Amino acid sequence: MWLSALSLALREIRRNLLRSMLTMLGIVIGVAAVITMMTIGNGTTAKVTAQIESLGSNLLIARPGQRHRPGAREQAKSFELADAEALGRDIPNIVAASASSAQPTTAVFGNANWSTTVTGADAQFLTVRNWTVGSGRNFSSGELRAGAPVCLLGATVQRELFGQQDPIGNSIRLGKISCQVIGVLAAKGQSAMGQDQDDAILIPLRGFWRRIAGNQDVSYIYLSARTGVATDTVKRDIERLLRERRHISGDKEDDFSIIDMKEIAKTMAGTTQIMTALLGAVAAVSLIVGGIGIMNIMLVSVTERTREIGIRLAIGALEREVQRQFLVEAVVLSSVGGVIGILLAITASWFLAKALELPFMLDSTIVITAFLFSAAVGIVFGYFPARKAARLNPIEALRHE
Amino acid sequence: MSSDTPLIALHGLSKTYGRGDAEVEALRDVDLRINSGEFVAMMGPSGSGKSTCMNILGCLDTPTAGQYLFQGEAVEQLSRNQRALLRRHYIGFVFQGFNLLARTSALENVELPLIYRRTPTRERHARARAALAAVGLEGREHHTPGELSGGQQQRVAIARALVTDPAVLLADEPTGNLDTQRGHEIMQLLTTLNRDQGITVIMVTHESDIAAFAKRTIHFIDGTIQHKENNGAPL
Repeated sequence: MWLSALSLALREIRRNLLRSMLTMLGIVIGVAAVITMMTIGNGTTAKVTAQIESLGSNLLIARPGQRHRPGAREQAKSFELADAEALGRDIPNIVAASASSAQPTTAVFGNANWSTTVTGADAQFLTVRNWTVGSGRNFSSGELRAGAPVCLLGATVQRELFGQQDPIGNSIRLGKISCQVIGVLAAKGQSAMGQDQDDAILIPLRGFWRRIAGNQDVSYIYLSARTGVATDTVKRDIERLLRERRHISGDKEDDFSIIDMKEIAKTMAGTTQIMTALLGAVAAVSLIVGGIGIMNIMLVSVTERTREIGIRLAIGALEREVQRQFLVEAVVLSSVGGVIGILLAITASWFLAKALELPFMLDSTIVITAFLFSAAVGIVFGYFPARKAARLNPIEALRHE
Repeated sequence: MSSDTPLIALHGLSKTYGRGDAEVEALRDVDLRINSGEFVAMMGPSGSGKSTCMNILGCLDTPTAGQYLFQGEAVEQLSRNQRALLRRHYIGFVFQGFNLLARTSALENVELPLIYRRTPTRERHARARAALAAVGLEGREHHTPGELSGGQQQRVAIARALVTDPAVLLADEPTGNLDTQRGHEIMQLLTTLNRDQGITVIMVTHESDIAAFAKRTIHFIDGTIQHKENNGAPL
């Protein structure tokens, strides 16, 4: 009987194809909106996470001074090279520690000049920052030791100063010094915070100290934690060691801060997930509206088919059989609408993901949930019209014109 | 059912519509016996109660008072669903307005009662085709009502009523929407079915030439049966 109810419903839908399509439209749009929102939202989350991970795997950043404290910020003394060395040596869960220091500067080549940041880097810097040399070569250990006047350019700087020209072998001016370009770094693109990571020039740290900064301060220590180790324990170890080395005792506050990129990634991903859920919820409202559309049409259909219902009742259809017929029809309408919506959503979000340069992340759970929800909409909103049909008086129904 | 049990027996049957001042007595204390194999016409002016009586006989409606024995069983107090099952298994209907499902082929229309009886598909097709052939509509199985004439539509309706081999065929003004010639053809079909296959036919009409096809005519006036009259044939 369920099967014949299904074939009856399909026949009825075919008979009123245009109206059936219009009825389904609400569900189609609702389902498509929910799935597209969720898919694009998931893609955004994944992209943000990937961008943060591109800064360096398991990256922690230590810098002097407390950042997030209200009121006047006391001038904290900077780190020393020995701090970075001690961190790398004494904490077993740190695989690499890189000391660096940076300063804004203007780079000049020929007629072109470009305001950027020059960073003094040590041997670990590129590894810890998850960065590679795109063309040319890395600093040699001799250059690093001697603080030679050589530099690596970020992709943006290379573009701004040299355009199409090959920079390698040329010399550029950084403030008062001249240094030779030995390589160009592979492009990293924007960071999750919207900074251009390729707007940078690297020179050996010792050269930076001697030729640019005039001191031996270390303003950043980049630390790479062992993969698979909880970064918050590593963070605690770093904190303890740095307190010890900087002679901060008892309950005095840290005069440095440690940024855990994993934590930032988590926060950012959490934010986009909330946005995704919010958009999904708004889209889900349209599913309810679609359900009301189905109820509306089914009620019209019951009125329109009063005579048919009368005939069925007269020849011996039970109330529940008539009810089932209309209920199945509503569920078929809404679930076919759901399937069309799913196909539409897959197509739309695939193209959207391409256009927005996001990964296409279709979540099968959401697809299945959306389908089940659309079928449930049919049951809920089909129930009332179906009951109305089943309760018709056959005599009056037969007389209905 | 023993042979002397009437197919239908009404005892003191009454039907009242409305309440208080608006109360209308559609049927008043009606006694009636109809045996298997009869061909009965129920006549009377509109409002005389013949249609109400027909609805009660067809278990579409319930009486307010009195008894209705169908094949010896009291059916006047059956629930809505029980009456539906009784209609499904024992009663065939033919209506004035044909009442076929629109945009549905003749074959599917005739199959409809069998679907509710859970008849297997193969048997359903075979019986529906046979029923259509019995009313002279061979070759029109796949025509929809819109593609058939009024007379042909009524034949489809008769086929639909007969496909389940009902105990009784109830026809409510079966020729009311047809011209005289088509009407007479339908009546001849009903007469043949009654004579050759022994199908009990109860028919409501207000045309005496149509009633003349029946073997017995019952006249309704103001909710009561006036007199019974044999159209020649012995009871």
